Amino acid sequence: MRAVTWQGPNKVTVENVPDPTLLNQHDAIIKVRLTSICGSDLHLYDGFVPSMLPGDIIGHEFMGEVVAIGKSVRKLKIGDRVVVSSIIGCGKCWFCEQALWSLCDNSNPNNGLEAMYGYTTSGIFGYSHLFGGYAGSHAEYIRVPFADQVAFVVPENLSDEQTLFVSDAFPTGYQAALFCDIHPGDTVAVWGAGAVGLFAMRSAYMLGAEKVIAIDRFPERLEHARVNGHAVATLDYTETDVIDALKELTGGRGPDSCIDAVGMEAHAGGLPGMYDKVKQSMRVETDRPHVLRQAIQACRKGGTFSIIGVYAGLVDKLNMGAAFNKGLTFRMGQMHGPSLIPDLLGRVERGEIDPSFAITHRMSLEQASEGYETFKHKNEQCLRVVFQP
Amino acid sequence: MINEFNGTSSNSSPVNVGPDERTISLVAGVVLILLGLAKRNLWSLPAIALGTKMLYRGATGHSPIYSLLKLNTAVSTHPEAVSVPHQQGVHVVKAITIQRSIEDLYQYWRNLENLPHIMGHLESVKVIDVQRSHWVAKAPAGLSVEWDAEIVNDIPNEVIAWRSVENAQIANAGSVRFKPAPNNRGVEVKVTLEYVPPAGNIGVAIAKLFGEEPAQQTADGLRRFKQVMEVGEVTTIEGQSSGRK
Repeated sequence: MRAVTWQGPNKVTVENVPDPTLLNQHDAIIKVRLTSICGSDLHLYDGFVPSMLPGDIIGHEFMGEVVAIGKSVRKLKIGDRVVVSSIIGCGKCWFCEQALWSLCDNSNPNNGLEAMYGYTTSGIFGYSHLFGGYAGSHAEYIRVPFADQVAFVVPENLSDEQTLFVSDAFPTGYQAALFCDIHPGDTVAVWGAGAVGLFAMRSAYMLGAEKVIAIDRFPERLEHARVNGHAVATLDYTETDVIDALKELTGGRGPDSCIDAVGMEAHAGGLPGMYDKVKQSMRVETDRPHVLRQAIQACRKGGTFSIIGVYAGLVDKLNMGAAFNKGLTFRMGQMHGPSLIPDLLGRVERGEIDPSFAITHRMSLEQASEGYETFKHKNEQCLRVVFQP
Repeated sequence: MINEFNGTSSNSSPVNVGPDERTISLVAGVVLILLGLAKRNLWSLPAIALGTKMLYRGATGHSPIYSLLKLNTAVSTHPEAVSVPHQQGVHVVKAITIQRSIEDLYQYWRNLENLPHIMGHLESVKVIDVQRSHWVAKAPAGLSVEWDAEIVNDIPNEVIAWRSVENAQIANAGSVRFKPAPNNRGVEVKVTLEYVPPAGNIGVAIAKLFGEEPAQQTADGLRRFKQVMEVGEVTTIEGQSSGRK
């Protein structure tokens, strides 16, 4: 089959590779119908996630059709059209039983994260060997472990494009909103108006938020935030003092919750921005924490800071004193896909949201290199690239 | 050091540097710091840093590097004929919590022939009779070592302990204990392994270079045991597609 492989920083190639086979009894093989490039794939592409090997097949957001099932698969049938959680969970361990699927004990065959994080977390499709080394979805076919747990049959009346983002971007945004523990009347500020940020905005409303404020620097993304995220105000952080503006928009109280939908490769101007860029490129600091710093400052006293943008390692100069003395609650982590997806498919089916608004570019797998470059540099007002293998 | 107040305690002492070495460390530490302070050049900061570490090692008798390499020059070997002489072998303790009945976990482990399936460093275990078994393990550089072992303690659903019989190539002993976790959170499984590697402590250091690290092997083995007991098989990516030639 054809597959997109990681060859090194800023280099992906499309190769002929063997078709995937069933390796565990709970596996299924899915023929990929649609798969997209996620913002977190850019961390791989830019070379900031360790333990990538040249030749690894990347991609973790996808939907498709079941073409083979292992002996212990019970729910899925060949021919089912499914959307698959990017986070892999076994469904049997204590963490999966608590609906903390991204902390699954059994889905990551590699224990390397224990040395970095103290404990190993779940496997993720196409997301480096530390996260299990599973071959990814930018391919014609993909092997899906724990298929009964992570693959969900798509309602017939929904199109492929409407359900693709229920694999990753929508549950990730929804998880961010869940972390906020939203109460009636709450204002939620969201840093990053990419697909995940936009889904976080819509999810915040679904969970009862009164107002959503979006922060980004690209005019077209701020426009998406207004039109598709339903933000009541948008802030361009290159032109506005974000902390002052957020105070002004909330009667001086500050946002009740802040969501970081940007993560470790945040951009900032001025000296602090330079400082982190140099440290990150020298690998002295792995992550650039501009959003963390700003949100800690901006969040109202006693508010909640929800971090859904990906961080991988060390950050410098966080104002822990501000977080402590303001009594902030920090919630963070990868989303717990399988516990969210059935509800989210229901919301799409009832017409509460049509996630396909995030698709701006449709390409074939052969255009992978062009797709990654377009998405990385946000050329042609790119929000999301979708491959049809 | 762990002091767990339920009758069991870890016997590892934080002192792992012998008295002569401690004196040398103290002196060297002071000299390095003074040199570092006197000469303000490129080397002064590293010299002070190293000097501080030596001073710490000399004063406390604890070397973090020795801990890492599981070396101990503070205890001399006791001549008593035990499978693993006191504090001189490799001592590994690893624990994991598994969601499965204590009976199933015990039964799986009591059939020692199951162990090579979960413990990557074992090639095979053949049960000879109720007490005795023959073990073959992988060693660095493609070699293997073999020994006979006997079960020395067996309390169903609680503990299994074994040790190598006399003249084993690697003198070793091990045990596995099963205990219900609080509030029905599964079963705590604790494995203790001790052995004297073929070429002494240097053998372990070398073995680490080859990736045959006993603590890691044990931890990985317990993860596989958990996978087999919770999801029915070892989770793998072996044999999957990639663009590597």
